[in-house]
Amino acid sequence: MAIPMPVTTPVATARNAAQRPTLLSRLDEFGRELWQDKLGTLGFAVIVALLLMAILAPLLAPYDPAAQSVISRLKPPAWLPKGSWEHILGTDHLGRDVLSRVIYGARASLLVGVLVVLFAGSFGVVLGLWAGFRGGRTDSIIMRIVDVQVAFPGLLLILLVISVIGPSMATMIIVLVVTNWMVYARVVRGIVLSVRQTPYVEAAEMIGCKTSRVIFRHILPNLTSPLLTLGILEFTNIVLAEAALSFLGLGVQPPATSWGLDVANGRDYIFVAWWLITFPGLSIATTVLAVNLFASWVRVTTDPQEREKRFAYQRAKLAARRARRSPQAQSSEAKSQGGRS
Amino acid sequence: MLNPVPAQPPAPPLLSVQGLDVTYETGAQGFWGRPKAFKALEDISFDLHPGETLGLVGESGSGKTTTGRAVLRRITASAGKIVFQGKDITHTKGEALRKLRRNMQLVFQDPYASLNPRMRVIDLVAEPLLVHGLIRHVDEARDRITELLRIVGLPADAHDRFPHAFSGGQRQRIGIARALALQPEFIVADEPVSALDVSVRAQVVNLMQDLQRELGLSYLFIAHDLSVVRHISHRVAILYAGRMVEIADRDDLYDHPIHPYTEALLSAVPVPDPRTQRQRKRIVYGGEIPDLVNPPAGCRFSTRCPLATEQCHKEAPKLSERSAGHLVACWNR
Repeated sequence: MAIPMPVTTPVATARNAAQRPTLLSRLDEFGRELWQDKLGTLGFAVIVALLLMAILAPLLAPYDPAAQSVISRLKPPAWLPKGSWEHILGTDHLGRDVLSRVIYGARASLLVGVLVVLFAGSFGVVLGLWAGFRGGRTDSIIMRIVDVQVAFPGLLLILLVISVIGPSMATMIIVLVVTNWMVYARVVRGIVLSVRQTPYVEAAEMIGCKTSRVIFRHILPNLTSPLLTLGILEFTNIVLAEAALSFLGLGVQPPATSWGLDVANGRDYIFVAWWLITFPGLSIATTVLAVNLFASWVRVTTDPQEREKRFAYQRAKLAARRARRSPQAQSSEAKSQGGRS
Repeated sequence: MLNPVPAQPPAPPLLSVQGLDVTYETGAQGFWGRPKAFKALEDISFDLHPGETLGLVGESGSGKTTTGRAVLRRITASAGKIVFQGKDITHTKGEALRKLRRNMQLVFQDPYASLNPRMRVIDLVAEPLLVHGLIRHVDEARDRITELLRIVGLPADAHDRFPHAFSGGQRQRIGIARALALQPEFIVADEPVSALDVSVRAQVVNLMQDLQRELGLSYLFIAHDLSVVRHISHRVAILYAGRMVEIADRDDLYDHPIHPYTEALLSAVPVPDPRTQRQRKRIVYGGEIPDLVNPPAGCRFSTRCPLATEQCHKEAPKLSERSAGHLVACWNR
């Protein structure tokens, strides 16, 4: 039964060498593997940069994002005629610096986007797992709750809750979680229903795994790629939902700002001053793109088969490069020898 | 060659199944509707002795797999008794049932689907040890797993590889290693070789026999391949539409089948000699296996049986002993 030996991954060999990897070696492993995927690395770098930008906003922003100046209203970006390097990305209708607003806006947008996706995701996934795994009545009841919640207009609920409690960051996050968890529950339940029937889940139960282990060790890993995709799509949705709420005056309260709020505010000036919506909009797009690139790397890395393919591909590329280099080396050697004789 | 069965009776049987019924419920009509029920298994009884292999044969839908799952308490029996190692396990539940898994294991039919694609071989094989608290970390079991992999004939460097890197036969070996990890005494093999290439089948069957000799395992060997069953089993039971129609020692059954269904089944096994094969007469009965939701009254084979009489259509025959250890359920033979 001779079968071709698969490529032994460097990761596997590293694991062999050190029985329990330390934190440092793990980080090193992560870095090496990420570096193999240039786009993934780019995505990761952009994410880190955006996070740093949000955290270090007071140090980076040239102006107070809320400081108004009537004299310098609607200044175009620096590279256009009439633009000046004092306001690199121009100013808005109240004379506020667009660059500073983009830098500060990252705070609210990233915070709301990430937290809502995280909380709504966890809640929806847990309910979906429960419904799909238990089946029967439990399933029917949970899925009917989901149906009711989906049928109820989310914005109405949000308006209601926020007008009663009053707008704040925390309220907004909670309300967005409450209106956005259903899609996760539905997707997860569907996948669990099919994975539950697979023989390897039965095998896990047969060898005596407890239910929690079956769910988290055998079923949940199969949800990684659809959940990553869903989470990213939802992230954009949430950033835009936050913008809508802020535009209605129920979300981020001025003088604070967010990308979504600036896009919404700049809408009226789209023909006069395109830079007002372009730069916050580009920021949202960049964030989503970066998250996408990184998530695509995560997806491949968590799937053993895909991961081995990637290692094999890298190896083949290296070998090809070496092969291309060596004949040249030989021919130049031959030439020099020929010249000598 | 067939392993000798050590210590035949009076030693108590390892597993004793008495009058086992399994009822399945089919789709309820609406949310409040009452589900329809059908009997997938009816009145199944057999004993399994330590170190013995009982072959379980029948066509699709005859209840072979259900029997295996019911014995392992994966499916709840609606009537009857399952006694394992002298203890009645018919109603064992929860933690006690989980503990029971240490002594009874299952080898799956499909080696491609029964191994989690996201787990390394070492994680797969060590998982039973881990979940029963015998080890705390997979690395503790490395030597033990190496030994297990050697026993089932896998390369020693298989540890850190994932199932997709192996062929079907090798995957089945991983499945067997996983079943053996807890050192159970009883293994249900649910068509363990039917998904494999013919060339690999013999290797896996021989491996199972070797393991039986070395470890004193008992097998409930479910299959539809009659030659494989003949090769490995000490005794063979024939199922038809959820009932046992005949059970006997292997040679007795293959040489002197009594039930008309067994006869027809055995006549379908090809003989590896063209001349004999041409002279043999294939017995073919028309009709289909009956619908179990509305089974025929009386003997379930009566709809296809050439010998069927009035009595067969009215009353189901019980298993009765024709010679030592040879039980048949038929009114006319």
